[in-house]
Amino acid sequence: MDAFLLQILNGLDKGSAYALIALGLTLIFGTLGVVNFAHGALFMIGAFCAVTLQKLLSLSFEMVDPEKTDFLGNPLKVKTPYVEAWFGPEVGGTIIEWSVPFAILFAIPIMVAVGFIMERGLIKHFYKRPHADQILVTFGLAIVLQEVIKYFYGANPIPTPAPDALNGVANLGAIIGMDIIYPVWRIVYFFFACVIIAAVFAFLQFTTFGMVVRAGMADRETVGLLGINIDRRFTIMFGVAAAVAGLAGVMYTPINSPNYHMGMDFLVLSFVVVVVGGMGSLPGAVIAGFVLGILESFASMEWAISLIPGINQIIIYLVAIIILLVRPRGLMGRKGVMED
Amino acid sequence: MGILEVKNVGKRFGGLQALSDVNLSIKENSVHAIIGPNGAGKSTLLNCLVGKLIPDTGSVMFGGQSVLGRAPYEINQMGISRVFQTPEIFGDLTVLENMMIPCLAKRDGSFELNAFSAVMSQRDILEKAEHMLEEMNMADKRHMHAAAMSRGDKRRLEIGMCLSQEPRLLLLDEPTAGMARADTNNTIDLLKQISEERDITIAIIEHDMHVVFSLANRITVLAQGTPLVEDDPQNIRGNPKVREAYLGETA
Amino acid sequence: MFGLDKRDTTLLLIVTVLTMFAPFILNPFPTDSGLAQFNAGYPDLMQRFVIFGIFAIGFNILFGLTGYLSFGHAAFLGVGSYSAVWMFKLLSMNVIPAILLSVIIAGLFALVIGYVSLRRSGIYFSILTLAFAQMSFSLAYSVLTPVTNGETGLQLALDDPRILGASATADGSIPVTSLFGLEMRSTYSMAVGPWDFQFNVGYYLCALVLIAAFYVAIRIFRSPFGMMLRAVKSNQQRMNYTGLNSKPYTLAAFVISGMYAGLAGGLMASMDPLAGAERMQWTASGEVVLMTILGGAGTLIGPVLGAGFIKYFENIFSKINDNVLHGWFSFLPDGIEDFLVFVIHPFIGKGWHLTLGILFMLVVIYLPGGLVEGGQRVVGWLSRRKSAQSRQSETNPAE
Repeated sequence: MDAFLLQILNGLDKGSAYALIALGLTLIFGTLGVVNFAHGALFMIGAFCAVTLQKLLSLSFEMVDPEKTDFLGNPLKVKTPYVEAWFGPEVGGTIIEWSVPFAILFAIPIMVAVGFIMERGLIKHFYKRPHADQILVTFGLAIVLQEVIKYFYGANPIPTPAPDALNGVANLGAIIGMDIIYPVWRIVYFFFACVIIAAVFAFLQFTTFGMVVRAGMADRETVGLLGINIDRRFTIMFGVAAAVAGLAGVMYTPINSPNYHMGMDFLVLSFVVVVVGGMGSLPGAVIAGFVLGILESFASMEWAISLIPGINQIIIYLVAIIILLVRPRGLMGRKGVMED
Repeated sequence: MGILEVKNVGKRFGGLQALSDVNLSIKENSVHAIIGPNGAGKSTLLNCLVGKLIPDTGSVMFGGQSVLGRAPYEINQMGISRVFQTPEIFGDLTVLENMMIPCLAKRDGSFELNAFSAVMSQRDILEKAEHMLEEMNMADKRHMHAAAMSRGDKRRLEIGMCLSQEPRLLLLDEPTAGMARADTNNTIDLLKQISEERDITIAIIEHDMHVVFSLANRITVLAQGTPLVEDDPQNIRGNPKVREAYLGETA
Repeated sequence: MFGLDKRDTTLLLIVTVLTMFAPFILNPFPTDSGLAQFNAGYPDLMQRFVIFGIFAIGFNILFGLTGYLSFGHAAFLGVGSYSAVWMFKLLSMNVIPAILLSVIIAGLFALVIGYVSLRRSGIYFSILTLAFAQMSFSLAYSVLTPVTNGETGLQLALDDPRILGASATADGSIPVTSLFGLEMRSTYSMAVGPWDFQFNVGYYLCALVLIAAFYVAIRIFRSPFGMMLRAVKSNQQRMNYTGLNSKPYTLAAFVISGMYAGLAGGLMASMDPLAGAERMQWTASGEVVLMTILGGAGTLIGPVLGAGFIKYFENIFSKINDNVLHGWFSFLPDGIEDFLVFVIHPFIGKGWHLTLGILFMLVVIYLPGGLVEGGQRVVGWLSRRKSAQSRQSETNPAE
């Protein structure tokens, strides 16, 4: 029982990332009708926002410290981050330590801007082109973004730790009298994902803006005929989707040190998630994200691997293939979305 | 016993009963029109005949065989060809190639891995396609891209493609919709000529009464998913029930 | 000739001449000149041109004709490579059985994957093929290690059985791949003045296979089957209502293009008996998509051009470094020279992928028809200018 619950928990953090990326993909796909192969790159850029902020905050100046000497008696140079100098070591140290959560604020404007630029500068011109062209051009863009990041940040993963306070483990089972030791940050990540998902759904459900977007997702032409400027709203939706993917990336950095190809790794799986959930269905994307994340974690248990070797590597693809064969529209897919 | 026998067909979409208890018999070599106001279920009925939809109840027999549960291409191979409301042709291919494809489908069936012989060496197919183009009066356009033609020409090509399969039943879904008067009249003449010269049954779904009364020798009126009357054209004209169904529309 | 019309025969002849004389054509610069770095007439590079050409020709049969965009074709190439290396390990070092097995296994693999993936079309199809390829890639790295030798890659060893050949040569080393004794690696160098032309057995085998593959592709393009594939791309609805079942047509195209990929994989292993999972990664699939598009999807010669173009520039760009750049721009003032080198630096050497990505985007945005369309546009523009000029000169005297 303990092991069972632990596996569910283990699946939640990856599932959260899948769900967030798939949510953005579905938003873009449902509103703009564009298949965005560069969405994984947005996730990756988000993660590198966190890296950048951490580096910025840790920018230091060197100073000769007269009190400290090396073993020869020479004065030692010490590095002091500017923030520590400005706010004192206590506050400054805390700021540096909490750089990942702070990066959320840093990443939102950047991601929205990146989203706007992408949509206005590139995607806009591809609405009327065939899906194959959309796939290809966003695929090219994904390669470019990935290589640019690689150029500036190198090919190695960059460790970006969570704040110490959230970096430990907690015994979640204590409440129900069981032993389930689990890293705190992963729980944070799950709740963070839930908040973002809830916010997106609330936004679509309760604001006029969201209503128009939903109407546009259902029937773009009619909404356009009503004289509503759907294009501008769709641009904004692209920005929102980019921000969602970016935030998913920011908060994922302590779980997995970011590297330049993390976007692609997640993208392929997120596409599978979207397909399983049902193209164009937002709840489908979220549910499928969590379900597949949890399934993946179950499949990496020892008994599963001893039963079917390698099952942990391929479970998501297998599920996707089966779903597409049994229910071609996915779990919650609507009729007529991308049927041809 | 007609060539096409529709018995008790019903079809429901969620809360909407699109068709209920449809009985229809189309006699061999007749031109049978199915008319009705918007939303009467004409297109749903047509889709049930060609395999795009499967009716919830009832049976559809063509030449003594059931068509239900068969894929569109199988039904087509049984001898039913369909002309769409907006012409469906192979826009990227040339007119001649467009015409050759149904000829190949007629000769080789639904699939043939004929990957090593040249298209242009298929003498019989070429001759047949060329002949059909002459008959459709479009031989001079044979090397044109089909997508570049006018709507009237596309319609002609589509009808020609259907005919080159030598179907027993030709289904037309509002073949003159969105056409200029001259094109409409040309199409009427073409269809008239086809029905006179060929051993073929034509079923036509149409909105335009001018087209219906110039062509049909039997008319079924569909209203709210069920047949209202079936009669000869002269009787349909005076039928008060039909006038009622069309009130405010075409009457 | 060979059942082709005049235009196609010309095309085939051009490809034949280009491949047969490639050691000359690709080596225009004398060996000791500064421009020698632009030469491409080395056996291994020429082999790559031709092998990727075959891969792209096959991919084009699927994508160019039917419009189904597969993102998993590298998996078939990988499977082909593994099959060939196994054949070298178990049977003999002769390349013929190895290549045959690669084609057959890749074809079977494509049949299974195609059967499932083709139940959906459009974007779903692309994602399904991508999922299958990634699955094969993951499996090759993990569970299938006994077959694929995991991350190390599959290699030949001295204790391989090789039932029809020798496990080891007389001097105790691993035997080399050959065609009935004709070693793939053997190269004849011809020195003509300052030039050095290299004729490699392996390359000529690949080139002959390419010519055959190209010929088969022409036949497929011009066949009723090819016409049906174009019909699939153009209008599936009309196709179904014309009594044609589009499924087996697309599946056949998928399997044929999978076999081409397997053939390429088998040749790759025959030139260098190694096989690694990285050949199956989806970036490798993306590369063949790019080659096809860059050259011109749906055209016969396009994919070959695209493959050559990309492999050539990959080679050149990877070789260039800052020193080379400084050498080129040394005639400029120092400041400008440094600035140019600084600007170009991200795109060369290891930055080749960045250049490739940009190229990819530019082609899709501005030249969806690829190099072939670009060439046609230029020719069209020139002839229009010419005719405009001649018209002018005709009308001028009348004025």
